[in-house]
Amino acid sequence: MSAPDSAILTDGDLKGTNLDGLKARPLRARRLTTVYVYEAPVRLWHWMTAASIVVLAVTGYLIGSPPPSLSGEASSHFQMGWIRYLHFAAAWIFAVGFGGRVAWAFMGNVYARELFFIPFWKLEYWKELLDEVLVYAFVKKHAKTVVGHNALARTALFFCFTLTGLFMIVTGFALYSDGTGIDSWEGRVFGWVMPWLGGNLSTHFLHHWGMWVIILFVMIHVYTVSREDIMSRQSLISAMTNGYRTFRDDRPD
Amino acid sequence: MAVLETFYDVMRRQGITRRSFVKYCSLTAAALGLGPEFVPQIAHAMETKPRTPVLWLHGLECTCCSESFIRAAHPLVKDVILSMISLDYDDTLMASAGHQAEAILDEVMEKYHGNYILAVEGNPPLNEDGMYCIIGGKPFVEQLKRVASGAKAIISWGSCASYGCVQAARPNPTQATPVHKVILDKPIIKVPGCPPIAEVMTGVITYMQTFDRLPELDRQGRPKMFYSQRIHDKCYRRPHFDAGQYVEAFDDEGARKGYCLYKVGCKGPTTYNACSTVRWNDGVSFPIQSGHGCIGCSEDGFWDKGSWYARLQDVSGFGIEASADKVGLVAAGAVGAGLAAHAAISALSRVRYKGDDAQ
Ligand code: HEM
Ligand code: HEM
Ligand code: SF4
Ligand code: SF4
Repeated sequence: MSAPDSAILTDGDLKGTNLDGLKARPLRARRLTTVYVYEAPVRLWHWMTAASIVVLAVTGYLIGSPPPSLSGEASSHFQMGWIRYLHFAAAWIFAVGFGGRVAWAFMGNVYARELFFIPFWKLEYWKELLDEVLVYAFVKKHAKTVVGHNALARTALFFCFTLTGLFMIVTGFALYSDGTGIDSWEGRVFGWVMPWLGGNLSTHFLHHWGMWVIILFVMIHVYTVSREDIMSRQSLISAMTNGYRTFRDDRPD
Repeated sequence: MAVLETFYDVMRRQGITRRSFVKYCSLTAAALGLGPEFVPQIAHAMETKPRTPVLWLHGLECTCCSESFIRAAHPLVKDVILSMISLDYDDTLMASAGHQAEAILDEVMEKYHGNYILAVEGNPPLNEDGMYCIIGGKPFVEQLKRVASGAKAIISWGSCASYGCVQAARPNPTQATPVHKVILDKPIIKVPGCPPIAEVMTGVITYMQTFDRLPELDRQGRPKMFYSQRIHDKCYRRPHFDAGQYVEAFDDEGARKGYCLYKVGCKGPTTYNACSTVRWNDGVSFPIQSGHGCIGCSEDGFWDKGSWYARLQDVSGFGIEASADKVGLVAAGAVGAGLAAHAAISALSRVRYKGDDAQ
């Protein structure tokens, strides 16, 4: 990558644009490096998953603490029925999406794999992680530029999203088998889950706790991506909307 | 070896008429959910198969399983079943006592070695070498192991034998232990409940006696025919659950109208048992029908899973008890405040810093 100064546009760079013929220097425009990071399936999956999680958290909370009782005949309402229906519909979208995302880890680019493991044995990873922590503690001004996820983001994503999300799917389908019966495919595939977690009620309990882990993750996630987008050396949100990540400088550290 | 009696011989000897016998066979078929074409098959089996004796042992227990059992709704079923098993050994139901009773136990064990069914009510406490439960001068766990060694199969009656129940609730001072954790080498059928429903108990024992095989079991070892659905799946208040109509407190309008008891802690959605279909006391009622939520008495560890009047267990720590949602909301509030503070400091540090963009 070139030194920052050479990125200032020259007259020649304006050739063929609407500014052709103008002097470049007074524009003080710079050429920025942009990398295509998140491919379309990843981006589509991200926003689908975000939407389904919002639905899952709202309906899940209401399954645990239903709204005040409705009056009138039971036959004229289906409130809890709809809440559960929405939960299950969103759950299917989330679960199938998750499966698709796993498949894409094998088919997509190198950044598509970052979500599913952390490079535990690489010293570089721990250094980057410490760097990011220092940035968030206001000790350091800037961390390294990163093309995929930075080490801190990757760690949080892996534990609070990937593992927790998988746990929600596994416990969710185990709970689902209560309704479909032990001989249904859910019962046969996920029947081991509830005895393993200490029974049916304990599974509800842990599934409920998983929701709070994910809610806290999403709060922090939305804050950090917005903050990084404004303050770090690279753009974030565009990487998840159009796929391109732009670097604000090309300094080599 | 002595000529072994058939069920039919035993029944006739107990004064049961042929007519009653056939009736019993049809009742059995119905109770097990089998069609009328099975009636002759059952009758034939009972006329020709040698009777399988049942030995019924009692460990640490409250005897509610026996109490339930002898209240089986249909008197005929009760008579037949009792005549089939009370002949052998059950120290609370049998006539003989003391050494005489223990002698019967030995005799049956020897004569029917490998062929009798062992029914266990209660469970063995293992602490202090089993001294918390003594039968005939010896720890119950020894009797259990001895009788189990010659059994064809074991029935764990009730939540005590199946899971441990109240005597195994935390901190479980006597180390009461369910049967399947003590006897590891025999097929075990769990019939949980505190107590189990009488019809479920007689149904299980009849099935094993007539078909000479174990009923189909689920992953936890419970007979599928009675434990494959939750209370919630067949609860007559379920339409109120789906509608969103709940009892909010035991004395409110919803309670009078018979709304769903979910919000006052009903464990029906997490409890596998037959109460909402078979009901209790000759089908008269069951807890939910009389206005109280299910407490989940047939589930593993139901004493240790929090209040009977709250859906999910509270978490405790630092001397405070709170629900998951309370803790979650407080955590979300704290994280929100932390993020706001972080954002403010970030903004300030940026104002002071003339970034690279300005160059
Ligand atoms: C329920 C809500 C959300 C969930 C569960 C979620 C989850 C995720 C996950 C799993 C990734 C990693 C993607 C991958 O590697 O394949 C990610 C990345 C990202 N998300 Fe979200 N997200 C949510 C909401 C949002 C929102 C509201 C925004 C926008 C403000 C956002 C912006 C981003 C960005 C910019 C990235 C890329 C981060 C990077 O480049 O390191 N997310 N998100
Ligand atoms: C991030 C994802 C998810 C969140 C945040 C979430 C949240 C919740 C919450 C809070 C509850 C109420 C638990 C209680 O208090 O008893 C619940 C119940 C449930 N969830 Fe999820 N869930 C998620 C994913 C799933 C998935 C993937 C499934 C799979 C089918 C699923 C199936 C269920 C079922 C069956 C119930 C029990 C419903 C009932 O008792 O009527 N959930 N969920
Ligand atoms: S009363 Fe209990 S078992 Fe019946 S529908 Fe309500 S929650 Fe389910
Ligand atoms: S309704 Fe629930 S608590 Fe009551 S007997 Fe049945 S399983 Fe046990």
